Amino acid sequence: MEYIAKILIMAVSSIFINNFVLSRFLGLCPYLGVSKKLDSAFGMGMAVIFVMAIASAFTWLINAYLLIPAGLEYLQTIAFILTIAALVQFVEMFIQKSAPALYKSLGVYLPLITTNCAVLGVAVININDHLNFLDSILNGFFGGVGFTVVLLMMAGIRERLEKAEVPKSMQGMPIALIIAGCMALAFLGFAGLKLG
Amino acid sequence: MSSFKELSKGIFKENPTFVLVLGMCPTLAVTSSLQNAIGMGLAATFVLAFSNILISLLKDLIPSKIRIPGYIVVIASFVSIIDMAMAAYLPDLHKSLGIFIPLIVVNCIILGRAEAFACKNGVFASLMDGVGMGLGFTLSLSVVAIIREILGTGKIWEIAILPQAYIEEPMLVAILAPGAFITLGLLMALINIIKDKKKAVKE
Repeated sequence: MEYIAKILIMAVSSIFINNFVLSRFLGLCPYLGVSKKLDSAFGMGMAVIFVMAIASAFTWLINAYLLIPAGLEYLQTIAFILTIAALVQFVEMFIQKSAPALYKSLGVYLPLITTNCAVLGVAVININDHLNFLDSILNGFFGGVGFTVVLLMMAGIRERLEKAEVPKSMQGMPIALIIAGCMALAFLGFAGLKLG
Repeated sequence: MSSFKELSKGIFKENPTFVLVLGMCPTLAVTSSLQNAIGMGLAATFVLAFSNILISLLKDLIPSKIRIPGYIVVIASFVSIIDMAMAAYLPDLHKSLGIFIPLIVVNCIILGRAEAFACKNGVFASLMDGVGMGLGFTLSLSVVAIIREILGTGKIWEIAILPQAYIEEPMLVAILAPGAFITLGLLMALINIIKDKKKAVKE
């Protein structure tokens, strides 16, 4: 029972309070790039959740059983990014085989998950915060969920925005950034939540 | 002349932040103060310059099918170097940039320049391109940081600029997350307006 409560607290804090996109500034490129359509945003979000959870697990294991015993902690960055690149390649092949339609709509963004800083970010945060194996996976998973939630919200807003009359100089990226700013303001309200 | 062009295009015409819209995460995350912005910008410039040099040297050795992982390893090595150097010599800056130093690896500007420029051009041109892009990045980080720091604290580089009454009750939101998004959005809109005006004058 206590563990369930702990999981719930972790979920709320990494989805709302310390949201990866809006308060930690991680994963902004896909957040601004893939948020024009709801269904591709959904596909991207699912891929990110999957990769973040698996990457958390693998990087934690590599750090604990390979880098620390061998005294090679200074290779952390290189080891982590290679692990993530290999994982993303795997996910890409998997989606290409199992869901070609989804693969088509994600297009160039799938390989870009490698350079999604949320994935490398969660791996580094897990190590810096000294989380244990299970907590690392949960942190990655809920971080991905938080990313997906705001990505979907953004995509929903931008789909409607297409019908709105935006001043010419604000079209595209500027208005997207300002919407993101308003969402960040709203999420700032969660910072007052006291948990546990 | 042409090498100067490689250098200057990164600063204005192909500015990585405002024109190419790459590397948004550090742009928004570290611009809460000018010190952080310049530190981040120079670290990225170092990595860009050296990874461009090495990649343009290795361009014929790396098979094109595995070039991306190859580039990432090169970039990650230079990031580790700067990470350790900063931890040793600038511990305060290292602490305040925190997780964003290892994250220079996944800064799309660096991989983007490797793929778009360094793997097709000579060593010297690549160095110039890297330095130019890095300085352009530093410049745009600094512009965002100056606006945010003045609005958010009333000071710049610890020097008070606005009246004491403002410093006591500043617009705190400017240095928090929402301020970053809104400042950058308004700056980009401003650049669009200037571009349109220039175009209109030309026609």
